[in-house]
Amino acid sequence: MSIEVEIVSPEKVLFSRAVEMAVIPGLEGDIAAMPDRAPMMLLLRGGVVELYENGVVTERFFVAGGFADMTATRCTILADQATALADLSVADAQKRLAGLEASYDAADKMNVPALDLLMAKMQSARAEIEAAGGEAVKAA
Amino acid sequence: MASLKDLRARIGSVKSTRKITSAMKMVAAAKLRRAQTRAEAARPYAAAMRRMLAELGAGTRGQSGLPTLLAGSGNDRVHLLIPVTSDRGLAGGFNANVNRKTRDLIGQLQAEGKTVRLLPVGRKGGDYLMREFSDLIVDTIHGSGGKEIPFSAAAELGERIAAMAEKGEFDVCTLVYNRFQNVMSQTPTAMQLIPLALPANDTAASADAPVYEFEPGEEELLSSLLPRNLQVQIYATLLESAAGEQGARMTAMDNATRNAGKAIDRLTLKYNRTRQTNITNELIEIISGAQAL
Repeated sequence: MSIEVEIVSPEKVLFSRAVEMAVIPGLEGDIAAMPDRAPMMLLLRGGVVELYENGVVTERFFVAGGFADMTATRCTILADQATALADLSVADAQKRLAGLEASYDAADKMNVPALDLLMAKMQSARAEIEAAGGEAVKAA
Repeated sequence: MASLKDLRARIGSVKSTRKITSAMKMVAAAKLRRAQTRAEAARPYAAAMRRMLAELGAGTRGQSGLPTLLAGSGNDRVHLLIPVTSDRGLAGGFNANVNRKTRDLIGQLQAEGKTVRLLPVGRKGGDYLMREFSDLIVDTIHGSGGKEIPFSAAAELGERIAAMAEKGEFDVCTLVYNRFQNVMSQTPTAMQLIPLALPANDTAASADAPVYEFEPGEEELLSSLLPRNLQVQIYATLLESAAGEQGARMTAMDNATRNAGKAIDRLTLKYNRTRQTNITNELIEIISGAQAL
């Protein structure tokens, strides 16, 4: 039994193959896409997609938020940005996180949608640092 | 009758023109290949996005209180047109076609008594519309100047349009761009972005389609999927337009190179004939001078 998994970013298709299981970072918690699953659409948070074959993780991709569309036979992950784990850079993400934290502090605290957006971006940057193997600096 | 010296100069200048056009053709061909790959690579994402939206849209059909980006403002008075052109010319009828289509649309909408506003992307269209319809223009946006188009450019434009839609600055938003059919032909196309045009006859399909679960909820999903979709559609359009521009330039420059070749042949023939006439005339003068003695 296998499920067709596709990881697509706006620029290109990163991964497209049948695997046993895919663990996806959903907004409200991780979700596994397996064959014969009830169809589902979900929002993603920044995190790592893990693809399992024969019981072990064979591929890992970092996605910075997006959507997933799961059916019984297929799982399409529409990532805002997707990178193979090996290509991540801790320094890069840390720089970005610092910039985001600065703009969060400077942001208008009454503008809730903008704050939410910044929060989501910061979460994604922290997840990226963690995925790349660095220590996420705890925000004050 | 042009003198030999004039003809030589003309031939020289046409020859260097031919060199330039043929170099431009080569450059366009190389850029075309890259632009085409990028446009093709962006298609799966846009296609998957459309599929998800169709599923979601089918579930919400006919409901009231839908997001503006999906259902529009409910009116049909103010139209925002976004013509997409290139920053550079010398691409045959590429930009003129979009401009003409835009002008026709403006005329048609105004005849129906609607208000038209313009947000041209790309310098060529911007310049033209600035001359003709400067009072309708909201703003002009420069293209990437022939360089690679980053997704962030499309995202910025998408956010801006979404913000305008939320504020009710327009009712209907339409993109006018060159759809890339193949290297030889690009069709100027108008695509409506807001309200979203969902496939109309998917009632049969959605009856058999499995019932989806949504996480967090249908509304949250729609409200983040819709702005994203806007950006993705714009991105796909910009990439298609970029590929089309290179295709159009390549074709135009190929024609120009061929025409220059023909002009050189014609001028060379004329040059040789003139030279021969001059020689014959000189001989006649010498011979008749000798006979007169």
